[in-house]
Amino acid sequence: MLDQTYSDTLQFECETGNYHTFCPISCVAWLYQKIEDSFFLVVGTKTCGYFLQNALGVMIFAEPRYAMAELEEGDISAQLNDYQELKRLCLQIKKDRNPSVIVWIGTCTTEIIKMDLEGIAPRLEVELGIPIVVARANGLDYAFTQGEDTVLAAMVHRCPEQKEIDKAPLGHQTLSPLPKSIVPKSQERVSAAPMNPLSAPSLHPPLVLFGSLPSTVASQLNLELQKQGIQVTGWLPSQAYADLPVLGKEVYVCGVNPFLSRTATTLMRRRRCKLIGAPFPIGPDGTRVWIEKICSVLGIEPIGLKEREEKVWSSLEDYLKLLRGKSVFFMGDNLLEVSLARFLTRCGMIVYEIGIPYMDRRFQAAELALLQQTCDDMGVPMPRIVEKPDNYNQIQRIRELQPDLAITGMAHANPLEARGINTKWSVEFTFAQIHGFTNARDILELVTRPLRRNENLQQFSLIPFIKG
Amino acid sequence: MKLAYWMYAGPAHIGTLRVASSFKNVHAIMHAPLGDDYFNVMRSMLERERDFTPVTASIVDRHVLARGSQEKVVENITRKDKEEKPDLILLTPTCTSSILQEDLENFVNRASTTTDSDVILADVNHYRVNELQAADRTLEQIIRYYLTKAKKQDKVVLKKTEKPSANIIGTFTLGFHHQHDCRELKRLLKELGIITNQVIPEGGSVKELYALPSAWFNLVPYREVGLMAAQYLKKEFGMPYVAITPIGIIETALCIKEIQTILNSEPFCLKVNYSSYINEQTSFVSQAAWFSRSIDCQNLTGKKALVFGDATHAASITKILTKEMGIHVVCAGTYCKHDQAWFIEQVQPYCDKILITDDHEEVGDIIAKIEPSAIFGTQMERHIGKRLNIPCGVISAPVHIQNFSLGYRPFLGYEGTNQIADLVYNSFTLGMEDHLLEIFGGHDTKKAVIKSTSMESDLFWTTDAQLELNKIPGFVRGKIKRNTEQFAKEKNISEITVEVMYTAKETLSG
Repeated sequence: MLDQTYSDTLQFECETGNYHTFCPISCVAWLYQKIEDSFFLVVGTKTCGYFLQNALGVMIFAEPRYAMAELEEGDISAQLNDYQELKRLCLQIKKDRNPSVIVWIGTCTTEIIKMDLEGIAPRLEVELGIPIVVARANGLDYAFTQGEDTVLAAMVHRCPEQKEIDKAPLGHQTLSPLPKSIVPKSQERVSAAPMNPLSAPSLHPPLVLFGSLPSTVASQLNLELQKQGIQVTGWLPSQAYADLPVLGKEVYVCGVNPFLSRTATTLMRRRRCKLIGAPFPIGPDGTRVWIEKICSVLGIEPIGLKEREEKVWSSLEDYLKLLRGKSVFFMGDNLLEVSLARFLTRCGMIVYEIGIPYMDRRFQAAELALLQQTCDDMGVPMPRIVEKPDNYNQIQRIRELQPDLAITGMAHANPLEARGINTKWSVEFTFAQIHGFTNARDILELVTRPLRRNENLQQFSLIPFIKG
Repeated sequence: MKLAYWMYAGPAHIGTLRVASSFKNVHAIMHAPLGDDYFNVMRSMLERERDFTPVTASIVDRHVLARGSQEKVVENITRKDKEEKPDLILLTPTCTSSILQEDLENFVNRASTTTDSDVILADVNHYRVNELQAADRTLEQIIRYYLTKAKKQDKVVLKKTEKPSANIIGTFTLGFHHQHDCRELKRLLKELGIITNQVIPEGGSVKELYALPSAWFNLVPYREVGLMAAQYLKKEFGMPYVAITPIGIIETALCIKEIQTILNSEPFCLKVNYSSYINEQTSFVSQAAWFSRSIDCQNLTGKKALVFGDATHAASITKILTKEMGIHVVCAGTYCKHDQAWFIEQVQPYCDKILITDDHEEVGDIIAKIEPSAIFGTQMERHIGKRLNIPCGVISAPVHIQNFSLGYRPFLGYEGTNQIADLVYNSFTLGMEDHLLEIFGGHDTKKAVIKSTSMESDLFWTTDAQLELNKIPGFVRGKIKRNTEQFAKEKNISEITVEVMYTAKETLSG
């Protein structure tokens, strides 16, 4: 069972990387919905297409704004010209859908055959008159949610520059040199009408938040900050490609999701933005510290935050009762694990293991510090953090530890349930609304569901029949 | 390059994995990048599988790209050999690994010197074959491997079983109603006095393949997978096979008669006559023949239908609709382009138009043009039907979880005819009811009185709040509106802002 020796620092381990996760191209599923005037073209094989088709389920029938550029034998053996082929497909997309931006998602195959997507895009962009953003969201380098990171990092380059706005004459815009030849239309509109109702003049430097969230959740976070007198200047990504936020060295940026380390780096290095390192606004504890951190950087004294947090906690009491003292094991597949583990520790759970595909200790520094502090506060041992986990070994550990809950991918969920281990499907955390004070309950709704299911089954004494 | 939104048949490795994971104690190792093991999710979800899917990946990452797989694949094979002690490890290339052009055969040879398990490399070309073709090949490859091996050791059981017996070849995991079909087939064989020797691959063991030739004949229920294996067994061991799919009353009878012919001819020379069995089953066990004569079915006469699916199911359903129910099949189609000659030959006499395509948009266009009364197709056609308001019965993969029913739903055999009759009848907006409605002038047209569920309008929604409300998906919007208004009333708030909405959510949710 659990080692009773108290470790007072976090332990990091790294295993073989033989684990199950979604391919990062899955980010098109939520990004095409978020960026309403975009079109995502995944340049890959039947395997990629089959994954998307099955992973996205019914979404595929809703005429989504994404498609596969399916590579055939002629493309692989370079009998066909990549440039000509992509041009043909993109013209078709332009004709059928007329998007404001086409995002090319590079895959494992384009990496291996070294297709020069970054080289072709600027040429085609000029010919087509549609911006083409290239993101290499492939399974050779990345896991699941990191796909969004690669897309956002690529979009950073397309955000308008602070100075350009100031110089831009009203109503028309001269094209700047490549690769920004096609500048988002917002530059024409920014001065005409403020896109963001919240962008009234403010007393603090501009603040841009990055990370794709459903618009409801984004406005909830905007509102929380507004209560502290902070105006969010813009979001990356925005609802429309045309409204990408203005960036520059005066701009402060802050992430809302733990898997956005490339985007953060790109914002700092390429656009000289100032990064606010904070835990992520997941759970009431995370949200409070996130806001506090932003306030402190912008020189604002936060008001009423502690009370707000307390109120949320008290409204969660019915769920917390179910969770206190229970143990949880994260197999790891979406990089939200540290934040969720920190929140669940605060809820009174004991975290045995945090599996995680990739751990950027710099980008997640504040989150890791909060996790450590939370463990201290709650008087529970520090969990082990296992990077690039090995699912086979993990299952042996789950067998030994018998956690009350395993948060895992669908490949293991049913087999674990059949062996008496409660599971929650990890992908749901990516698609559910989990950010901010308002949605803390939604996280616990997910986490407690298997426990509540058991209560039901127990109540009608079905358990002996299914476990017998 | 091809612009694609949807595909009917998956990539080759899926077929290989489906065959491998159907056998007992066979482990597949994919040479693939992270995330390509999506097969495990499908199997665990769709089949609601209780066991871990015996498929792991030997991950291809940046390092592999730079230095080659080197020891990695071999290590993964030997590791799996120790952990799971499988009978066979099947190394499965993917589209990614096939471009790397590594000598996987060499890895297999090296690994097999140190493992207790047999190790083979799945022999499929990713850019030339699809899921179904790959499954067919892999099944044949495994059978050939074990029979060749047994031959060398002189272990093949050539002596026929004492009583007539058959192998069922081609039912496997993630197949459309395969589990139910398999049970129905075994029952059928039993009632004909035939022993089921082996079922391959579902639930079969590679260790017993040496005894395959002891069966009198092979039964290949589906066109797509199993034929290659049956042909190999015929060539190598002279085993006859029956490849008539027993779907529908007529085809089931033909299948049984074919079995009778085999049993009565050389070298078995039995004198079996299944005619009375066929008559009895058709008249009493299957309700489908009676259904054809009932007035319900009469009302379906001449109604227009479109059929689309894999070759086996699309051809069989087309024949049932035309020959057994008098329905007018305007168009019959399949996405099995590789087998089009057979398909055309099968359905030519029974439909106006034949469609061979794997482009769902083409199928959609034709459906829109024909406007049939019902569609029989895959999940894709079901969604096309939804959009066009045409009912659809699902008769073929690709499928959703709802096609993996817990209840007994075979498509094959005599119980299968009952299931299909239900499916067809229910799809045609209830023939009789429809007819009566037409006679009596349709449904009651008086508008139902709908009570306004919203609170009295002393509440004012700000513009922002209204916009926010509109962002909420339609099916929960009403509920959220009511909850918010109720909350506002309780708190004596007269103006609903976005903030009030969120506070209401925090207070009321759960």
